Amino acid sequence: MNRHMIPLVVFAALLLLFWVGLGLNPKIIPSPLIGKEAPKFELPELHDPQKVVNNEMLKGQVTLFNVFASWCVSCRAEHHHLLKLQRQGFHLIGLNYKDEKRDALLYLRQLGGDPYEMIAYDHKGDIGIEWGVYGTPETFVVDKKGIVRYKHTGPLYREVIENELIPLIRELEQES
Amino acid sequence: MRAVIGIFMAMSLLLSSSVYALKAGVPLEFKDEEQEELYNDMLHELRCTVCQNQSIAGSNASLADDLRGNLYKMVKEGADEEEIKGFMVDRYGDFVLYRPNFNSSTYLLWIGPFLLLLLGVIVLRLNVRSRNKINNKSELTSEESEMLESYLDSKKEKK
Repeated sequence: MNRHMIPLVVFAALLLLFWVGLGLNPKIIPSPLIGKEAPKFELPELHDPQKVVNNEMLKGQVTLFNVFASWCVSCRAEHHHLLKLQRQGFHLIGLNYKDEKRDALLYLRQLGGDPYEMIAYDHKGDIGIEWGVYGTPETFVVDKKGIVRYKHTGPLYREVIENELIPLIRELEQES
Repeated sequence: MRAVIGIFMAMSLLLSSSVYALKAGVPLEFKDEEQEELYNDMLHELRCTVCQNQSIAGSNASLADDLRGNLYKMVKEGADEEEIKGFMVDRYGDFVLYRPNFNSSTYLLWIGPFLLLLLGVIVLRLNVRSRNKINNKSELTSEESEMLESYLDSKKEKK
């Protein structure tokens, strides 16, 4: 190799490094929960505090576990996607994170409905910590055995839903 | 006008930082000094995952507040440093530690600087060696050395 090529090669390597490195979003922290069993929890249901929602209810079918709050602005942006997913027959369970019950109910009414089969009401945010929640909204995919398989931090948008979420759910539904 | 705005901003900054101090300075009770020390150490070891360049000691985010509460509870219950770090890493990943554990995803972070240093030393040695070669090559042809010798001789005679 010509020794004059060396700076060029180094430059190209740096270019590649920066290209990849700067393309990553530092706000996205990979979840250590993936591949592990969903954290144990038991919380009152938002609409009906007599009922409980717990991690056993994530089992049996592929579930979208979505963390939201009425104070969370970007949750509003993904809400219509959640409603659509529910209409398509997907199974959604919500975690209402550090919220007031009244605000949460109003939020669901204002945004066109409740896409969740049930909503765990995490008023203090303790269960949020169990799930490693740091930036609402967050969406987890839990498989039939209750293992966390995927996490998306931030609002869902069409590309993520069509290219990642739905194909993964379809695949997990095939598993016994 | 600018100066006024500057002073105003500095003032508000000062004020707000004292508010933080007050908020963080709610007196907490510990069983002994050891626990208190552990709590304070951990405050600075754990990263706030929302505001990523702050430890949970300095962050005003509500998550940091919750994590401080959690930490306090764990310390009170007698958890040691390993248990606390394990708890946080299990939930938020290695990123939550300012000094992450050495494992497959962090080894480059730890040994990277030393690798670069090693690379630098190798490059330097290669450079020096090739320069030495060039210096050694500069031998004179027989004609040139004759010229040089006669020149030196003439100098000597003059003395």
